[in-house]
Amino acid sequence: MDEILRLEHLEKTFGTHQVLRDISFSVNKGDVISIIGSSGSGKSTMLRCVNLLEEPTGGRIIFEGKDISGKELNLSQYRARVGMVFQQFNLFNNMNALENCVCPQLTVLHRKREEAEKIARDYLERVGMSAYCNARPAQLSGGQKQRVAIARTLSMNPDIILFDEPTSALDPEMVGEVLDVMQRLAKEGFTMLVVTHEMAFARDVSSRVIFMDGGVILEDAAPEEIFNNPKQPRTREFLSRYLAR
Amino acid sequence: MEFIREVLGIISQYYSYLLSGVGYTMLIALIGTAAGFLIGLITGVIRTAPRSKNAVLRVLHKIVNAIIAIYIELFRGTPMMVQAMVIYWGYAFLNDGATLPLIPAGLFIVSINTGAYMAEIVRGGIISVDRGQLEGAYSVGMTHAQAMGKVVIPQVLQNILPSISNEFVINIKDTSVLNVIGVTELYYMAGVIKRINLQTFQVYTVICVLYFVLTFTVTRLLRLAEKKLAGSDSYTICGSGSDSQAEIHIREAQ
Repeated sequence: MDEILRLEHLEKTFGTHQVLRDISFSVNKGDVISIIGSSGSGKSTMLRCVNLLEEPTGGRIIFEGKDISGKELNLSQYRARVGMVFQQFNLFNNMNALENCVCPQLTVLHRKREEAEKIARDYLERVGMSAYCNARPAQLSGGQKQRVAIARTLSMNPDIILFDEPTSALDPEMVGEVLDVMQRLAKEGFTMLVVTHEMAFARDVSSRVIFMDGGVILEDAAPEEIFNNPKQPRTREFLSRYLAR
Repeated sequence: MEFIREVLGIISQYYSYLLSGVGYTMLIALIGTAAGFLIGLITGVIRTAPRSKNAVLRVLHKIVNAIIAIYIELFRGTPMMVQAMVIYWGYAFLNDGATLPLIPAGLFIVSINTGAYMAEIVRGGIISVDRGQLEGAYSVGMTHAQAMGKVVIPQVLQNILPSISNEFVINIKDTSVLNVIGVTELYYMAGVIKRINLQTFQVYTVICVLYFVLTFTVTRLLRLAEKKLAGSDSYTICGSGSDSQAEIHIREAQ
């Protein structure tokens, strides 16, 4: 098992409010890990700490054996290898779908335009958005935007992709098209860390499920374990509320 | 009807004065607005830059921010006419009576005055761009400078274009205050003509109409430019993999 990412005793405090206390787990290549838990449990903050959109206030993050809090870290190069898909898509509003996927490759990876366009078109095709190369984000539906956002991330050829509630801002009808794409990525062997409220995805697609509550990891196990035989009463309570719906 | 005859007389007799005045007014307004915009852009980017991790840079940033804040307050809080006098005669005072050449002095005064307003316009424009745009750019590995240059500033420009147009129109009118230091813009020229023919009302009516024609034309032209810049609200569906020739034009329902 090749370990790609390890969190050691990660902590994050906003002012006097401690959001993350002592988060530790490790991710192997090809893992698809769903992180579930109620709102405010620290899931998103944990994810944002991994690519340093939030700066951890304690603990360490080890990426491919190197401590990323180290001084010699090249933040740009690190983030280019750790993709992120946001709840609110965060596509660049001033660019069309193709440019959204091309521009980061040019500025960060210094690829040639021709090569970058080829890669971008390839991934747009794979998320079923190649017909919308010319469309601007404002002209796309939520599900389409999120698929372009996934293509943008894939175009950077990251080693791991973080998904921060990728379907939470979507109409119910559009959730499926995004989950389909994510499921395909999981099958293709991408390493994924997915903060989600989609219990079906967590149960059926992920290789591991982490249940967070109050800034700590309460359970970290295979999906069958978590869903069929949760150890903690808090996990049971959370799941019963979700699965009852 | 005598009035109309006199007005036409002024135009035919002094058109070279008037044209030259219009020329300098537009030159100073245009360059002053452009330079003011650059000042606004630079100060806006500096003021919205994230806090550096380096302690020295952080202190430096604070000092620069304070200087910018003082500059903005000073130049927004005093009349441009007074600024013109203080800068022009202040320079003379410090240089044994040697004065600045007039046109460059006028350009400088309008630029620095406009810059103070533009600084606030640009800063507001940057702040109003959704934070997610920056985070999206950071998340693919862009530096703050790249994120600003490629993603945020292009959106800011489009959003603040109406305000820039507004500043330009204001400047066309406000260059008139430069007559106090003798810049030969349109208002100054009116004074020259009036002193020759003593037809005060007629002369100022002529330049009143001229100012209006200038601002009205500029407003229309800039409105057109805004529309162009906003881009087309339609897009083309590219050919799919199976049918590469297929092209459908879709117009978004408004």
